Amino acid sequence: MSEPRPLQAVVLGTSTGGVAALKGLLSALPASFPLPLLIVLHLSPEAEDTLAGLLDHWSPLRVKEADDGELPQGGTVYLAPANYHLQLERDGRISLSTDPPVHFARPSVDVLFETAAAAHGPALAGVILTGAGSDGSLGLSAIRAKGGLAIVQDPQDAVCSGMPASALLLGTPDHLTTLAALPGLLLSLACPCPPPPLTSDHPG
Amino acid sequence: MTEEEIQAIEIRLLMEGVFQAYGYDFRDYAEASLTRRLNRWLAGSGWTTFSQAQASLLRDPLAFQRLLTGITVNVTEMFRDPAFFLCLREQVVPHLKTYPFVKIWVAGCATGEEAYSMAILLEEEGLGDRFRIYATDIDQDVLAAAEKGIYPLRDMQKFTRNYQKGGGRAAFSDYYSSGYDHALLRPSLRQRIVFASHNLAADGAFGEMHLVLCRNVMIYFKAPLKERALGLFQTSLLPGGFLCLGLKESLNGQPVAPHFTPFALPQRVYRKRYV
Repeated sequence: MSEPRPLQAVVLGTSTGGVAALKGLLSALPASFPLPLLIVLHLSPEAEDTLAGLLDHWSPLRVKEADDGELPQGGTVYLAPANYHLQLERDGRISLSTDPPVHFARPSVDVLFETAAAAHGPALAGVILTGAGSDGSLGLSAIRAKGGLAIVQDPQDAVCSGMPASALLLGTPDHLTTLAALPGLLLSLACPCPPPPLTSDHPG
Repeated sequence: MTEEEIQAIEIRLLMEGVFQAYGYDFRDYAEASLTRRLNRWLAGSGWTTFSQAQASLLRDPLAFQRLLTGITVNVTEMFRDPAFFLCLREQVVPHLKTYPFVKIWVAGCATGEEAYSMAILLEEEGLGDRFRIYATDIDQDVLAAAEKGIYPLRDMQKFTRNYQKGGGRAAFSDYYSSGYDHALLRPSLRQRIVFASHNLAADGAFGEMHLVLCRNVMIYFKAPLKERALGLFQTSLLPGGFLCLGLKESLNGQPVAPHFTPFALPQRVYRKRYV
């Protein structure tokens, strides 16, 4: 039995440069990553739904577009479908909405972060990666206000510094990270207990 | 107790009051969207809290009507998800054409975009005057807007792209005339559509439909209300009738699922079984 985990989910928002960033992150996380990961990537409303398939191919994790009413599972990545907001209900289930764009974006990072903060409170980590604009800044503040963890990509490390820089203006994150260090950071946050010590009684 | 927890209590109390005073039941609406919509309404209402607003909302039907529109209006487009409309044209309409007359229910029609899209598609595919579309919504104001068939001209570019990708056979501009930044849809389309008030949370089935279209409406409902609405659609459909949901909705795990077979699963088109 593992210790009860402090985190129940990770939410992540990104825009310009996000596809490459997600490819790097998701191919580096092991299939045993215990948390659900919910992602908003700004896309054209008319984008084809091929990205989830590509990321699924690159990643040891299962990657899919979120369906309405799903209960998020550990080791699974849920992408916001183009032209829908991705939300978490208080019971932890996924819901979608076609409400108007927020900051000209649907899906909007703020909508995901704010609803996830209401659902999971301190048991949530929010991550802002490369992107233009300011979507996600208010949402990350909402996560912090609920006692959750705020993680921001160092603007100097980001293809597009807008979203990370904007998030930093609203508060100091718990972790300022590079993309390369992010998989290790998420793993250590998700599995805070040290790995079991190596024993000498392995056969052979 | 946090401000947010107090607000959650206020919203539950207000929804209970609205139900008792006006009969509109939002108690089974999914909270994430409802809370955002209510907060948007509150920000423009002049009130600071829902408790303050409640006294006026329960006494003044006009104030309530504005709240209702704020809560319920669904934003959509003509021919949203072109691949779905292409599927309707190529795979569903050939079945519909075998009937002498076709009845279609667009449930939760909001401002009417999908009902008009459907009318255009069926005309182009040769149904002529052999069909009627029943377009229903909970909100009278929204229905009045839908009946006008007037949309902002700036939306026409997107609607045109959708229409073309969805297999449109004409020039989309044939279907509207423009003036003063608005587009007026051809009045003959309206004659194929009956707009009517219907509440999926309270009202009964709508008889003998060949196709029910309810896309991105039930995503705003909690599980019990979703079940209720799907039950109405199941009862309303003739055997062999088609049920069209939003692309991210499904019948998985729903009590009505055994009554349906997937017809075009990626487009979320289901068909009611004959037995």
